[in-house]
Amino acid sequence: MLLKITNLHAAINGKEILKGINLDVNKGEVHAIMGPNGTGKSTLAAVIAGRDLFDVTQGEILYKRKNLMNLSVEERAREGIFIGFQYPVEIPGVSITNFMRTAVNEIRAYKGLDPLPAGEFLKMMEKKKKLVEITSDLTNRSVNEGFSGGEKKRNEIFQMAMLEPTLAILDETDSGLDIDALRVVANGVNKLRTPENAFVVITHYQRLLEYIIPDFVHILYEGRIVKSGGKELAIELEEKGYDWIKQQL
Amino acid sequence: MDSVTPYRITPERLLDLFEKNRSELFANDPPDVHARREKALESFQKKGFPDKKLEDWRNTDLSESLNREYDYPLHRTEEDDQHKVFRCNIPHLDTAVIGQLNGWFVSKDVPLIELGNGIIIGSLAEAMNKYPGLVEKHLGNYASVEQSSFTALNTAFATDGTFIYIPDGVKSDKPVQLVNVIQHRENIFIQSRNLIVLGKNAQLTVVHCDDSYDHQPSFSNVVTEIVLDEGAFLDHYKLQNLNNDSTLISSTWFHLGKNASLESHFITLNGGMLRNNTFVKFNGSFGNANVYGLYLMDRQQHIDNNIFVDHASPDCMSNELFKGVLDEHASGVFNGHVLVERDAQRTNAYQNNRNILLTDSAKINSKPFLEIYNDDVKCSHGSSTGQLDPQAMFYLQQRGIGEENARMLLMYAFADEIVNKIAIEPLQHRIEDMVKKRLQGELQICEQCVLHCSTPEHPAEFKIDVSKI
Repeated sequence: MLLKITNLHAAINGKEILKGINLDVNKGEVHAIMGPNGTGKSTLAAVIAGRDLFDVTQGEILYKRKNLMNLSVEERAREGIFIGFQYPVEIPGVSITNFMRTAVNEIRAYKGLDPLPAGEFLKMMEKKKKLVEITSDLTNRSVNEGFSGGEKKRNEIFQMAMLEPTLAILDETDSGLDIDALRVVANGVNKLRTPENAFVVITHYQRLLEYIIPDFVHILYEGRIVKSGGKELAIELEEKGYDWIKQQL
Repeated sequence: MDSVTPYRITPERLLDLFEKNRSELFANDPPDVHARREKALESFQKKGFPDKKLEDWRNTDLSESLNREYDYPLHRTEEDDQHKVFRCNIPHLDTAVIGQLNGWFVSKDVPLIELGNGIIIGSLAEAMNKYPGLVEKHLGNYASVEQSSFTALNTAFATDGTFIYIPDGVKSDKPVQLVNVIQHRENIFIQSRNLIVLGKNAQLTVVHCDDSYDHQPSFSNVVTEIVLDEGAFLDHYKLQNLNNDSTLISSTWFHLGKNASLESHFITLNGGMLRNNTFVKFNGSFGNANVYGLYLMDRQQHIDNNIFVDHASPDCMSNELFKGVLDEHASGVFNGHVLVERDAQRTNAYQNNRNILLTDSAKINSKPFLEIYNDDVKCSHGSSTGQLDPQAMFYLQQRGIGEENARMLLMYAFADEIVNKIAIEPLQHRIEDMVKKRLQGELQICEQCVLHCSTPEHPAEFKIDVSKI
């Protein structure tokens, strides 16, 4: 098992957001997590990443059989956890190239590998740009500075391609995207899928799941996963709406 | 060389020193220069050293620096045997290097040179001999002894420093690199004076470095007057990398004629107690001045940037952007004062100061200030102080970048906005490198634009060739 979340409770400023999450993710799987606003989807991603705004009050997260609570944010990342952010932050003055070179080489150092020579690194960048259909000189610009919504999300997928994570959690990557950008993002994910990695796709709408076919769909409501199923659950949810879930509870 | 006994520098000692040495020290003075000296002494006598009761000095306390004992050599010191110290090492930057050791122009055998195109460059003392009329016309004419008692003290005492003259219409094709190095066996008190004159439509790039050679305490009171005649352009860089026990009061007086243009950069990488007084006066219309600053301080270091911009003429533009990172117990002051005079219609004036404080004990006092007597102006001022953006930190760390490197990337990105303003590419790369080293805590005191300091136990050599300008 790649990720095993057991009875996870998490709070911010004493307010409990996650109220007992259970989730198992194996290599090679794609999981979708759906649910209305404010039910804890983004909190779940942030807690897995190690954001210190949240206090884990109960339960545990095992990743590659390691207790994630013992690892720092960067150690989790170096172990292969990647978050595609809903609102990627702008960092003026840091070029994407410099950012990615630093990240790639720190991850390599963690694995005991030498830094990638500059030439090879640039080749890798070109390859991954193609993979995620970036044709502009986005990579010469400062991280996310002045990017459109679509460019920011595409940049997240580009970074995912560069870092080749084992577990990628995409937090509402589809929000604010037009249909072309959505397709590019979904294509990126599909091209990066291997039997050795896994994806958790957090989304509001079923639309993205037409492009990224999930193996499992979970419905998160008021801090708990209240229903799990196959890809047909997403379609059912789209038809019946979240009220249907509320009525069932 | 007689032996010295350092003493506390007090106004009384200084006045006494002046009286005892006046006939000998100032024998070279052109008449007007001498008159300004007397007036300056009077002014200093009235004011003395500034203290914290003065609004302008409220957050900069010199008492500890002034309580130390110093040797104040009124003549060249024995170290100046013209065989020590420096050699240019900015890769790919072809500069004319001139040096000052403890405030004295390092002349080798040529104290002053006049080039074919009319450029004059050399020792100010020698210039007073050879071109008394030219020096007299400018020296002490821009630096106001009323506005600054340190400038008054310097005007009263200083007898040497660097003199640069660029005639009308002449464009100096190489940057001039002026390096002040401090090296003395005792604590030293230094007063040097520089005068840079750009004629009509003249152009010059000056890189002015303040450096220590070792860790001996020092107190420098340096005044530089820079005058830009009509249409002249100056690209000015001040690089400061002094030891932690050095005190530097560096006053730069820019006077801009009609259509003159100034780009100035104050980059402070290290020092003990530093105060940069920068005065910009627009004496003609359509002048343009961009004044940038970057300071990276830690430990108990203190940096005070005091900028006064006088819009005395209409249609001028001034823009200030100062950015700083303060770590540990470092403290900083930004005092920006823009005065728009009554007749300065259509003035554009902007001030901005931004700071990052890395610890709870680091401090900044930021006071941008506009004083406007004309209603047809565009002016703005801003100041912000904060920590590194925690969201950006998280973002970088989530990509596998360790906390230390993430901090470094963000601090560097913050500083980069100023480094990017540096027009000379090799210099920009060099400063980029120094800023990175500084942020990583790896910058050596003696590692700056020109010193070879990899083997400080072997004194490097002065290697100056003024004929190359």
